[in-house]
Amino acid sequence: MEDTDLVVLWGSNAREAHPIFFHHVLKAINNGARMFAVDPRRTSSAEWADVWLGIDVGSDIALSNTVAREIIHAGLQHHEFITHATAGFDEYAESVEPWTLQRGQEVTGVPAAAISQLAHEYASASTAQLCWTLGITEHHNATDNVLALINLALLTGHVGRYGSGLVPIRGQNNVQGGGDMGALPNRLCGFQAVADPELRGRFEEVWGCSIPGEPGKHISLMHEAMDAGELRALYVIGENPLQSEADAQTMQRRLSGLDFMVVQDLFLTATAELADVVLPAAGWGEVDGTFTSSERRVQRVRKAIDPPGDARDDIELISLVAQALGHHWPTPSAEEVWDEVRSLSWMHEGMSYQRLEDLGGLQWPCPSEDHPGTLYLHGRLWEEETGPKAPFSVVQWVPPVDTLSEEYPLRLTTGRRLDSYNTGVQSGRYPSPRRIHGVLDLSPEDAVGLGVLEGDLVRVVSRRGSLEAPVRLDRSLRPGLAFMAVHFPDDTDVNQLTIDAWDPKSGTAEFKATAVRVETLVPS
Amino acid sequence: MTMVEEPITIIPARVGGVEVELPLGSTVLDACRRAGADLPTLCYGPTMTAANACRVCVVEVEGSRTLVPSCSRKLEEGMEIRTDSERAMHSRRLVMELLGSASELDRAGPDLERWMRQARAMSGRFGPAEPETPRVPPEPGHHRPPDTASAASVAEPARVEDELYVRDYGRCILCYRCVDACGVEHQNTFAIAVAGRGFDARISTEFDVTLPDSACVYCGNCIAVCPTGALAGKIEWDMREQGTWDESRQEVTRTVCSYCGVGCNLDLHVQDGRIVSVTSPHDHDVTLGNLCIKGRFGWMYVDSGRGV
Repeated sequence: MEDTDLVVLWGSNAREAHPIFFHHVLKAINNGARMFAVDPRRTSSAEWADVWLGIDVGSDIALSNTVAREIIHAGLQHHEFITHATAGFDEYAESVEPWTLQRGQEVTGVPAAAISQLAHEYASASTAQLCWTLGITEHHNATDNVLALINLALLTGHVGRYGSGLVPIRGQNNVQGGGDMGALPNRLCGFQAVADPELRGRFEEVWGCSIPGEPGKHISLMHEAMDAGELRALYVIGENPLQSEADAQTMQRRLSGLDFMVVQDLFLTATAELADVVLPAAGWGEVDGTFTSSERRVQRVRKAIDPPGDARDDIELISLVAQALGHHWPTPSAEEVWDEVRSLSWMHEGMSYQRLEDLGGLQWPCPSEDHPGTLYLHGRLWEEETGPKAPFSVVQWVPPVDTLSEEYPLRLTTGRRLDSYNTGVQSGRYPSPRRIHGVLDLSPEDAVGLGVLEGDLVRVVSRRGSLEAPVRLDRSLRPGLAFMAVHFPDDTDVNQLTIDAWDPKSGTAEFKATAVRVETLVPS
Repeated sequence: MTMVEEPITIIPARVGGVEVELPLGSTVLDACRRAGADLPTLCYGPTMTAANACRVCVVEVEGSRTLVPSCSRKLEEGMEIRTDSERAMHSRRLVMELLGSASELDRAGPDLERWMRQARAMSGRFGPAEPETPRVPPEPGHHRPPDTASAASVAEPARVEDELYVRDYGRCILCYRCVDACGVEHQNTFAIAVAGRGFDARISTEFDVTLPDSACVYCGNCIAVCPTGALAGKIEWDMREQGTWDESRQEVTRTVCSYCGVGCNLDLHVQDGRIVSVTSPHDHDVTLGNLCIKGRFGWMYVDSGRGV
């Protein structure tokens, strides 16, 4: 990151959500890199950008396609890389052809000149990093949004080189590791397909049982199965879905309607209060293991203190549940579990605890004990033998599901603040002097239009629910755009408003685009 | 841009007659430490550009008219360096004595204690320290005429303005490390700067507002580089005031932050089964010792009366 010539932050407020990653962006900027920020809000990250593209929520594919067309029309695409390493360029080029700068401006709200500038600078930079977070992925077409960004990297050759790449910054300490370990409906650890009998067979041999070859359900499909009465029992580990999932009223109905729910957590969360059984878990600082960061770096986490009361390590709790169900599961140490992962997942094979300790972490793939780990992926695309070509994807812009109307004229988007995290279960428990409790952020223009002042209590209404919140004026918002943080569900539960329309490819709900209206309340 | 392996040029030099060879770009301080000299430093931090402020690391370089600050001077071929000339030792001793007379240094850690002992530096040599004058408000840059009966000092009441930080500026030696960490070296927030001149200079927020009213984002990256305990986490400061802070009873465990996915390494300092402080290792390439407010303070949920 520090050595790149151009940084694009697209749907990422890293200055607040990933502050230490942003330190590396700042090093690049202070080394002379240019920066573009694509964000509906002029965030504290965007304040560092040379150019801020204030995009209308949910028009990312339109913007990407417009940028692509401009690059192609200016002849700035990386011809050699496209021929050597990619597939499907012609079809892609044809698909973006209708996206003139003028049409791009109309759909995205970004001035044509700014779109053109991004296109020209991104394509001309000798190295460029394209980074994104939930601003791209919390949409009903999340996967297509990501594919649209990948297209730009393939078009310009900004992938698989030192200083040039695609950078999805992970929002949670170990969400990367969770996926790597097979906490996905269709993969076993190391991203090995459940449906592949040969791969599955290796796991069956080690585990001494048969594994269903049918992929399981992701969370949104689980919700549908609950609605259909097919999913009757739920085992929730370290998650607060009652407050973290979109459309909280529907979620409440789903969880309350279950026959049986177990929650395993550090705290008696709102979800745990609905549970039939709560298992007290030991947590961070109290157990050993590994986390895998955004850069695929596996690092050791260590026990520093004893857990309180009867709280126990998740490994032990899961083993005890299995034993109670009549299985003869041992209670392995974290290292023994990890060594089993290494025996089954080639990309982790070279990462012994000793090496993780000695080297301060290793980046996968690391297939053998003499392998140094992998600094960046996709370098093969630049080699003589590229292996499988990287495909362009034809992606069409589809506006957000929750459409704006006369009745619901404001676009509400959600996100994080610097000092807080998700539903606040952890971050609500330290005395932050920077805490901004549940408020509705409005642009000064909209506040004037509504006749409200900072601190006034208003009712925010969506097609699904409503809540009351005090107004906070935020100059980073353009007229028509409102913002709420997700951290204070006990006071202002923004998921009363959000829509659970979800991406059929990833299962992610559209937290970022809700249509609302604001009603003023008579001062009491 | 591609990664180009630059050829490493080796610079030969001598420290106190001992031959050393270091790569181009090394400092005189690096050379002295390579030769085994236990040279004091205060304003120098390994993750930062040398501020050149405190002058406790000066050494003699043959051919140089003045003493040389070893932390910032680049090593040159054939340099003849002496760390223990009378002039260098006298200067280092005097600097430590002046700093010790003006600021409380009893929380600056065992290294400074050792360096002062080795240099036979006596903080009280310039007379008794000036009594603490509660400046209300203690305006930075405000000139106070010297009281000739006692040694001038920067003593002032500690500023306890929230539950996370304490600014105990009676311990400040104006090394600039906090200002640089908050500024262009790491955090780029620029919440603090040096206000005033000469002996009246102090570290200050904009218009000397309280920390909660300032631009501070509570990352604590200033605390991480403060060499004298003038900036401290509230828990640590309280324990030190109560006399319960005891590093000999503390164990440090390295782990990874439990919040976002950047992978910041954390050192958990545990005393009597409780986390009392969280830092990040300065040699970790993700953090360089820096954290955000959640990394440095957000761990408190662990100890927040859990029990289901």
